[in-house]
Amino acid sequence: MARLKKIARRSFLVGSAAIVGGVAFGTYKYHQPAPNPLQPGAGKAILNPFVFVDQSGVTLIAPRAEMGQGVRTSWAALIAEELDVDPAAVTVLHGPAAKAYYNSAMMAEALPGRGYDASDFQHSLGQIVGNFSKFLDLQVTGGSSSMKDGFTRMRLAGASARETLKEAAAQQLGIARALLETKDGFVLAPGGVKLAYSELAMAAANVETQEAELRPAAQWKYIGKPVARIDMVEKVTGTATFGLDTRIEGMKFAAIRQNPHYGAAMRSFDASAAKSMAGVEEVLDLGDAVAVVGTNTWLAQQAVDAIEVDWAPASHPETTEAIFAEIAAAFDDSPNSTLRDDGDVDDLPEGAEFLEVEYRLPYLAHATMEPMNATALYSGDRLEIWAPNQGPTVVQKAAADLSGLEAEAITVNTTYLGGGFGRRIEVDYSNRAVQIALQLRGTPVQLTWSREEDMRHDYFRPGAIARYRAAVKDGKALMVHGKIAAQSTTQEGAGRMLGLPMSGPDKGHVDAAFNQPLAIPNFRVEGYLAKPMIPVGFWRSVAASFNGFFSDTIIDEMAHTARRDPLEFRLELARAEWEPAAQVLERVRDMSGWSGQTPAGVGRGVALAYSFGTPVAQAIEVIDRGGDIAITKAWIAADLGLAIDPRNIEAQLFGGLAYGLSAACFGEITFADGMVEQENFPDYDALRMPSMPRVEVAVLENQKHMGGAGEPGTPPAAPALANAIFDLTGSRARELPLNKRFSFV
Amino acid sequence: MSKTLHINGKTHQVDLPDDVPLLWVLRDELGLTGTKFGCGIAACGACTVQVDGVALRSCQLSLGDIDGEVTTIEGLGTPENLAMIQTAWVQHQVAQCGYCQSGQIMQAASLLADNPAPTDEDIDDAMQGNLCRCGTYPRIRAAIHSAAKMMQEA
Repeated sequence: MARLKKIARRSFLVGSAAIVGGVAFGTYKYHQPAPNPLQPGAGKAILNPFVFVDQSGVTLIAPRAEMGQGVRTSWAALIAEELDVDPAAVTVLHGPAAKAYYNSAMMAEALPGRGYDASDFQHSLGQIVGNFSKFLDLQVTGGSSSMKDGFTRMRLAGASARETLKEAAAQQLGIARALLETKDGFVLAPGGVKLAYSELAMAAANVETQEAELRPAAQWKYIGKPVARIDMVEKVTGTATFGLDTRIEGMKFAAIRQNPHYGAAMRSFDASAAKSMAGVEEVLDLGDAVAVVGTNTWLAQQAVDAIEVDWAPASHPETTEAIFAEIAAAFDDSPNSTLRDDGDVDDLPEGAEFLEVEYRLPYLAHATMEPMNATALYSGDRLEIWAPNQGPTVVQKAAADLSGLEAEAITVNTTYLGGGFGRRIEVDYSNRAVQIALQLRGTPVQLTWSREEDMRHDYFRPGAIARYRAAVKDGKALMVHGKIAAQSTTQEGAGRMLGLPMSGPDKGHVDAAFNQPLAIPNFRVEGYLAKPMIPVGFWRSVAASFNGFFSDTIIDEMAHTARRDPLEFRLELARAEWEPAAQVLERVRDMSGWSGQTPAGVGRGVALAYSFGTPVAQAIEVIDRGGDIAITKAWIAADLGLAIDPRNIEAQLFGGLAYGLSAACFGEITFADGMVEQENFPDYDALRMPSMPRVEVAVLENQKHMGGAGEPGTPPAAPALANAIFDLTGSRARELPLNKRFSFV
Repeated sequence: MSKTLHINGKTHQVDLPDDVPLLWVLRDELGLTGTKFGCGIAACGACTVQVDGVALRSCQLSLGDIDGEVTTIEGLGTPENLAMIQTAWVQHQVAQCGYCQSGQIMQAASLLADNPAPTDEDIDDAMQGNLCRCGTYPRIRAAIHSAAKMMQEA
C-alpha cells in the first residue's frame, strides 16, 4: 500500500507541477487547491506553495511586494511560527506569479458596512469574498491587507509543513509521529536524536501532506514581537536587488518619452539627431511613445531627449481650473452613494449654529524613490520580465495581451520595490518594457523612466472637492452633511486592474468619510463621481487620503464653533460610537500631555481617522520660528487589534505620517496646456530630515479584529497638522498644500 | 576616451564619453548598483558617493572631472563585514523600502568623519539633501547618534 502511494505520488511529481498542488493542505484543500507553482526537483520536498525543503535548508515563499512595509519578514514569521524555524535562518523568496498566491483579504474591503462595527459573521463573509480573488488571479499587495490575508493561511502552511516533516521522520525512525517534537529547524526524537529538516527533504517529498491545529497565542515565539527585518543587511550594504539593479547577460539600457498629454497620440517624430549620438543602438516607435535603446541609460536618455516629437493634444480639460470645474460639476448629478444617513440632516432644532464650508485637495503623484522601470527579454515563444511590482499576475496578464503569448509562457520576477505606495499596482511601466523587448527579440532590455517621465505619467491620487454643512448646539455635535466629489479610483483603478467594469455605490470613494466612528445624531455622507479625465489610481490610503482630511477638519471646525476642546469634543463622539476609537484619542492625549492650552508661538492639533480597519489618532505640535512654521512633534496611537510585529508597525505608522505630511505641506500636481506642470523633486518636494517631527508611537491591541498598518497612518496627518496651524495662527486651511499659504522651516 | 578610475580600492578603465555622470558609469558600466538613481538633478541624494571622503552627488559628477578615490556603498562594508555605521543602521532597523539608504549612509558616514559627535542640528544640516519617501528620518537620526557613540568607543 505504502509502495503504491509512493509510486502514485512520484507519477504526480513527474506528471506536472500543477498536480503537485493536489497535495496542498489546509485552506487549500477545502477550497479546491490552486495549482502549486513551485517546480519540483530532485531532493526537494515541496510541502505546499509556501514551503519547500531541500539539502540546503528551508525556503519560504512570501509572494507579496516588499516595498518597505516589512511584509517579507512578517509573512515569513507567520510560517516560521508554526514550522519552528528561525526566520533569520531560512531563505525567503518572493516566488513566481501564480493563482495560489491570491490575496484573500483585500477584496473584503469592498463589502458594505462601516468596518469597525462588523460582526464575526461579516468578517467570515469578508474571507469568503476574499476567495473570489483566487478566481480573478489577484496576486496583489495593497489595501493594507497582507497580515489579515496571511495570518491564518500562513500559520496553517507552516503547521502542515512541520507535521509533514515529522511524519517523514517518524517513518524513517519507525516510531509514532506523536513522540516527535520540532525546534529551530530540527525534528527531535526521544533519546537525543536530532534530524535537520534539510536531511528529511528526500523522505518528506514522498510523504502524504499532513494537517495540523494552530498553536494558541500563548505559545507564539515570533508573532507579537519585533523580528529583525530579513532585508535589512542587504539594504544597508547596497546589495538588495531593486528593479533597476537587475543585470542580465547582454542587457541593453533604454529610455522613453511618452505623450505629456494623457491618452493622446504621437503624430510623428524626427530622430535623425538622436541616431548618431553616443551609445545609441536603436530608436523604437512604440506607437504612442518613442524609446532609445543603447549601451548606457544616461546616453539613451540624452538621445531620447534629442528626438523631436509632434504630440497630439490632450482630450481632457487643459488646466487645473478646468479640471476642478468638472469635478464640481459632479455635484449637479445625483449622488453615486449615500452610505451614511443617520437621523435627519435637514430638520434641526432651534438655536443650532451652522457651518458651511468647501474643501479642495489637489491631484498627487506617488513619487517613489525608485523611478518606474522594468526589464524584459523576449525569446519568440517566451517572455521574461523583471519588475518591482505590486501585482505579478496583473503584470503577467497585461504582458500576455501585448505579446499574444499564453500567461504560462511569461515569467514575472518580482524584485524589491524602491517604494510602492500603490503606484506599482499599475502595469504601464512593465508594459513599456515588454513593448521594447518584443521589438528586440533575444536581447534583454532595461527601461528606466527619468524622474520627469515618472512624475508626469503617474496614476494620480485624484483631486477632490468636499462640501460640508454642519451644526452644533449647546457644545454638542448636532449634524454633519458631507458631499464628496472626485474621479473614482475604484471605477478607474480597480476596473483597470481587474479588467472588469465597476458599477454601483462606490464605497472606496467615501472611505474614511461615511464610516468614521463618531456618534453624530444627524450624519449623512454622499459620494459624487466626476468623469474620468486624468489617470487616477491607488495612492497610499486611497480615498481616505482626502476623506480623512475632510471628515476630521469639519469636526475641528465644529469643536471651535462649539467652543469646546477639540480633543475632548472628538473623544465624546468616539466614545459613544466605538470604544477603540476613543482609546487611541486618550492615548495621544496622555502621550502629548494635552491640556487644551498652548503657550504663545506654539500650536497643537489633533485628528482621528479610521481606515483599513485601524483607528489612528495623531497629535501634532508646531512652533512659530520667526514667521516660519516648524513641525516639532507628533504623537501617534493606533489600534491594530493584533500587532504582528510592533516595531515594524511603528515604522509604518510614522512613515505613513511622513507621507501624509509631505503631501499636506508640499504636494500638488497641477495642469497647464494639458500637461502636468511638475517635473522633479524641486517642484514636488517632501519632508526632509529637518522638517520631520520627533515622533512617539503607541501600538494598541484593544479592538477585536486585526487592522492594517501600511496606510492608516497617512489619513490623519494632514488634518492634525492643519488643525495645529489653526491653533497657532487662527487661520483655517481648507485647501492643500499648506505651503501655498504658510511658510515652513 | 579611456579614463582610469579608482573605486573602492580598485582600478577600473572605462571607455565612455567624458560627460557621462559617475552614477551611470558605476551602475551601467561597472555593475556597482548599490548607488541609486533617484532624480538626476542632485535633488534627492540617492546617488551619494564619496570622493576623497567628501559626499557628492554622483549624478552631477562627469566622468571627465573625476579626480580622486571614489567610495561607494559597496566599499564601505559588506554583508559579512559591516562598517560600524551599517551596524548602527541594522540595530535601529532603519530601512523600509531601502532605496535611498545607500545615499543616506554615504552622506552620514561623511558627516561622522568630519564631526565625530554631531548634534541634532548638525544632522539636520548634513542630511537635508537626502530624501526618503518612506519617512525613515527618526531612525536615521538615532542610528547616526549610535554610530557616533560606537565609533568613539572603538
